Amino acid sequence: MKKVICMGLALAMAFSMVACGGSSSSAASSEASDASSSTAAEGAVKIGGTGPLTGGAAIYGNAAKRGAEIAVEEINALGGLQFDLKYEDDTHDAEKAVNAYNTLKDWGMQVFLGSVTSTPCVATSAESNGDHIFLLTPSASSTDVLGGVANPLTGTIDVPRKDNAFQMCFMDPNQGTASAQYISEKNLGTKIAIIYKNDDVYSTGIYNSFMNKAQELGLDVVSTTTFTSDSQTDFSVQINDAKNSGADLLFLPMYYDAASLILTQANNIGYAPKFFGVDGMDGILTLAGFDKSLAEGVILLTPFNTDAQDEKTKSFVSKYNEKYGEAPNQFAADAYDCVYAIYQALTESGVASDASASDMCDALIAQFTSPNFVFDGLTGEGMTWSESGEVTKSPKGMVIENGAYVGMD
Amino acid sequence: MLTFLNHLINGISLGSVYAIIALGYTMVYGIAKMLNFAHGDIIMVGAYICFFAVSTFGLPPIVGVLLAMVVCTVLGMVIERLAYKPLRSAPSLAVLITAIGVSYFLQNAAQLLWTSNPKIFPSFLVVTQQNADGTQTVKSGIQFAGGQLSVSYATLITIAVCVVIMLVLTWFTEHTKMGQAIQACSEDKGAAQLMGINVNTTISLTFAIGSALAAIAGVLLCSAYPTLVPTTGSMPGIKAFTAAVFGGIGSIPGALLGGILLGVIEIFAKAYISTQLSDAIVFAVLIVVLLVRPTGLLGKQIREKV
Repeated sequence: MKKVICMGLALAMAFSMVACGGSSSSAASSEASDASSSTAAEGAVKIGGTGPLTGGAAIYGNAAKRGAEIAVEEINALGGLQFDLKYEDDTHDAEKAVNAYNTLKDWGMQVFLGSVTSTPCVATSAESNGDHIFLLTPSASSTDVLGGVANPLTGTIDVPRKDNAFQMCFMDPNQGTASAQYISEKNLGTKIAIIYKNDDVYSTGIYNSFMNKAQELGLDVVSTTTFTSDSQTDFSVQINDAKNSGADLLFLPMYYDAASLILTQANNIGYAPKFFGVDGMDGILTLAGFDKSLAEGVILLTPFNTDAQDEKTKSFVSKYNEKYGEAPNQFAADAYDCVYAIYQALTESGVASDASASDMCDALIAQFTSPNFVFDGLTGEGMTWSESGEVTKSPKGMVIENGAYVGMD
Repeated sequence: MLTFLNHLINGISLGSVYAIIALGYTMVYGIAKMLNFAHGDIIMVGAYICFFAVSTFGLPPIVGVLLAMVVCTVLGMVIERLAYKPLRSAPSLAVLITAIGVSYFLQNAAQLLWTSNPKIFPSFLVVTQQNADGTQTVKSGIQFAGGQLSVSYATLITIAVCVVIMLVLTWFTEHTKMGQAIQACSEDKGAAQLMGINVNTTISLTFAIGSALAAIAGVLLCSAYPTLVPTTGSMPGIKAFTAAVFGGIGSIPGALLGGILLGVIEIFAKAYISTQLSDAIVFAVLIVVLLVRPTGLLGKQIREKV
């Protein structure tokens, strides 16, 4: 028993020493950076991020981490401002994300890439707002990440604006609204069915804004059904409901793993409406073993296209392929853009690389909200940010033809 | 009426998948008196093995299934030897927690080995038809009532396999020496040992059978719902566990009945009440059944002698 107590005390002492060292002196923090990355030079800006690196959503977290890694490598190779990147695992869980965020803070993080997915990022954006650390998330698209956006159903602002938080992806309501507009403008369907995932803030956010806009535009929504992550296997009831109500367009605001099952099961019962997805549909063509003919004619809104022919995209895709043996998805491209946007903002603001996180946050907020700050990336040209933290880029309509994306405009 | 039949068919097809997983649960529980929560993850491993055998190495599907069965059997026995055997005399709570640990271990190991990118399971339960004009049509099911109703081959095969497995298991436990040893162990381990039965071997055998069944269940689950990720087995595993309890855990026909009923209730609740409330309704039905019949639908009432 005595032994156990001794061990416990020793451990407690060890922990407290590590904790003191990490947060107080710069000498201790340079030690930490040596341990985490070999490429980092003296005085590198410490960028941290959290994402699901394991668990069911790991595909998104790993993609974002890899995209950011490539950007950091490229920037460090330029020789100017140096970056040191560290990603912590949050397993798509809000509580773990806050722990991961605290680890990064102890490490001495100066700029935060936020969390990759929405639910954890709502938590980490609140924490980083309290600490005044700049946050630019690649892909957490929920309105609650930024705050200050009125709930479309009640009209009240549930989460006040977090002035440090910015998004690289377009916000959920924009996607819903843009989808409804697209469908109405292009006359894609007269009777619309929707299947959405009602335990997911991303899916419901898009659904709510889509319904709002659809009512305004007079679109006829004939069937609305839901599923949850627990019932994500059998969609026969939802598909039959859409079929029996005579819908000629099926709107799928969800990620591609569920969407691939819906496409397969609709095909099995011989139901072939137009399928319309959002940016979560991106990745469906890279699914191992997926019958691409099922996705033929699927329309989706996405900011990034792996098959784009511009130099930037081609070089990114080939580097990613070489390094990780697969094609990058939109999450990787968004994270890549995030690192470059931060690089551009830091260079233009001229803030010292050893500035405190809070000073850096002030400088970056001033840059991002300045009308002169324009960023060209993989996921859009001429992007600017407003006070609300939202990025101005419009979703592009793509249709899948012969197993590849083709622009609709 | 057609819609009703359609929902009924879909319910049975979902239920048949639950049933085949529930058979494995009930088998292990009946003998070892432990809930093998890693069962759902052994299913996932089986599905991955079959996926790689068929898609990557181009082996015929039947070889893929057999290979999956062999790998899962070995895996099940190794897990039993390393994780459960040392806990034979430990309280059942310790074994339960270990099983949950094994489940997480398998999920994360699968993610490390095969990444979390979803894979689409090849559909080999189809019939290719040669048309008059030389083209080929791939049919995945039988259609009737003018194409308004369809039953997929995957469903038919799942039900057939369920029934066959149920009959074989019943025969095996009733009429073979090994089977009778299993029954003896399930009634009283201590007494069985006194009668000269090797309890450890018998329990290992049960795990081997349970894991081989898991491999078949994995292939059938993924034939019906083809997205394969490291967490594929966990939710169907929990639903199947519910089905096994519903039908009376430990009872082999009970697992089949419970599975099919659970699937049908789930689909009907979705179709006629609410897609949002379906899971709540399924579990509410379970609670009511357990209140009325604590041993499940076909569970045996065992009187404790004092």
